[in-house]
Amino acid sequence: MSDPTDMMIADAGIDEGIKKLTPERIEQTIRHVLDNESAARMKVYLETCVHCGLCAEACHTYNSRDRDPDYAPVAKVKNTLWEMVKRKGKVDGPFLKNAARIAFTECGACRRCSMYCPFGIDIAYQIMTVRRICSLLGLVPQYLQDTTNSHAVTSNQMWVQPDDWIDTLMWQEEEAMSELSGARIPLDKEGADVFYSVIAPEPKILAQLIGNMAVIMKAANIDWTMPSADGWDNSNMAMYSGDFEVMGRVERAHWERAAQLRVKRIVMGECGHAYRGAVYDGPKWLAWKQPPIPMVHAVEFYYELIKSGKLVIKRKIEEPVTVQDPCNIVRGRGLHDKLRYVIKALCEDFRDMEPRHEHNYCCAAGGGVINCGPPWKLSRMKSIRCKADQLAATKASLIITPCHNCHSGIEDIIGHYKLGMHVKFINELLVKAIDLES
Amino acid sequence: MESYWIPFVWLAFVGLLGGTAFKIVQMGRLASREKTVFPTLDAKHGARSVLHWLLPFGTRNMRLRPFFTVVSFAFHACLLITPLFVMGHAVLWQQSWGISWWSLPAPVADFMSLVVVAGGLFFILRRIAAPQVRNVTTWSDYAIVLLVIAPFVTGFVAHQGWLPSKHAIALHIASGIAWLLAIPFTRLAHMFWFVFSRAYMGSEFGAVRNARDW
Repeated sequence: MSDPTDMMIADAGIDEGIKKLTPERIEQTIRHVLDNESAARMKVYLETCVHCGLCAEACHTYNSRDRDPDYAPVAKVKNTLWEMVKRKGKVDGPFLKNAARIAFTECGACRRCSMYCPFGIDIAYQIMTVRRICSLLGLVPQYLQDTTNSHAVTSNQMWVQPDDWIDTLMWQEEEAMSELSGARIPLDKEGADVFYSVIAPEPKILAQLIGNMAVIMKAANIDWTMPSADGWDNSNMAMYSGDFEVMGRVERAHWERAAQLRVKRIVMGECGHAYRGAVYDGPKWLAWKQPPIPMVHAVEFYYELIKSGKLVIKRKIEEPVTVQDPCNIVRGRGLHDKLRYVIKALCEDFRDMEPRHEHNYCCAAGGGVINCGPPWKLSRMKSIRCKADQLAATKASLIITPCHNCHSGIEDIIGHYKLGMHVKFINELLVKAIDLES
Repeated sequence: MESYWIPFVWLAFVGLLGGTAFKIVQMGRLASREKTVFPTLDAKHGARSVLHWLLPFGTRNMRLRPFFTVVSFAFHACLLITPLFVMGHAVLWQQSWGISWWSLPAPVADFMSLVVVAGGLFFILRRIAAPQVRNVTTWSDYAIVLLVIAPFVTGFVAHQGWLPSKHAIALHIASGIAWLLAIPFTRLAHMFWFVFSRAYMGSEFGAVRNARDW
């Protein structure tokens, strides 16, 4: 049975939403999503699952919560979608509160379970369908909904205002200049080779990452630009809250800004979701077969720069290092080998995780889970004990996380489980390791 | 086999093939409504994934649970091979259609039937004993396993002569017909959906996301 204390967590986004619902609206919304927004895949998945439970051990929440059967992926579908289908949408408020808790806080849509299901059933897709239903019913955790509201108003996730954005870039340009003479952050440069895009937490709380990138770009002599107006944020929390209309709008703005500047390609910062939203989920919703401009993740970009000799590593990191394979760029892009190439170039003492690559465990922060905010933090920590064990077993002191969610999620794990480790982005290590003289 | 069974046997095969064809066509039409299904499907990556999942110990999950893997593969292999090659069925093919093919020696066929029955009983016990499976089990999960092993139990009994031959064969044929008819319309449809769902996931992982799903 699900943890009773988690089931009682108050979240105004869900609790207040339930008060406004009527049985008719619940039924209509569920039937609309099941009949009009899902078709063959959902039907095959519902008809094929033989209830074998082989997906259970794929899930970090199941493994971390003493193999509680309600945390097996199949049980999460049973307690949400199967019931909605069976009751033809006639479900009540308490059922929906539980369904929203499961869909938003106990599944990060990491898709590891699809690699353990013999039939390849996309359980994350089924959970995302539950989130879609919750979003249309107005039952989204308050903190997560706030990021979606911010996207709807400002197109970025953290209410960053246009003047703040430009001001932050100018400030970071100055910082970069003090590190490396001639470093610039060129704004709106038409025809540049690289359009660099970041997620809103960078200007908001981690501005030094943008300055670091300016140093790296100068050191590697890249012709690059950043946009001065909306479309700079490539993250997309609406994708995870189930508000696909806003998701599509955000992705369109991002791609259109890059197209307007006629750049050759987009390089994006160290974020997994953003990659997923920009390359897969966004174009899918917009009915584009593929994105209009090539996009590479920072890991691929660093790999190119080091491999081609554009960046020369002068000082390697000596302390023992491990790496978190982020779901959305490893299971979602197969970047694990390039990631290891970069890390081995940067670090003397690399200690790999087990399991690794596509089989690595999610950080439990991704998929919008960490964005559900403080009410759910303790529950999230209970759901990720297996990651704490996995990290401790490496005996590393530094964990490299080329993804913002992994970064924040693993910082929380280190604090909660008192692991005495610390976390860095590659970008932070790279500026310290590269040769700035040549 | 008594001749009055013949229409029922026809019904079983028509139901199985027709039902399967109907389901696949219906699903194909639904799939074309989803803009992403057909453009995503990719023969090479789909086949690569299906093959890994058809190969014993070809995936990490199979390697993590060797006993289950052996039981499951033995169960499914015997389930598919025995009815096609058991001597009693080969004789019927010969009589009705003049087709003759290789058949299994009787003791081997007996053993393979017992493997199916033992495998089915293992799945039932696992449903009861393993909490993560029991939690998602309904009565129909037990019924499906019983339905699947019934033709093997009755076939074995008929061959051993434990019941009057006419009764044993009647039970065997009836349970076999029920089994064949159930395939397209119950979760036994995983027999053919497996290929599609796995190939789709293999394509998404392989062709789109450049990763492996096994």
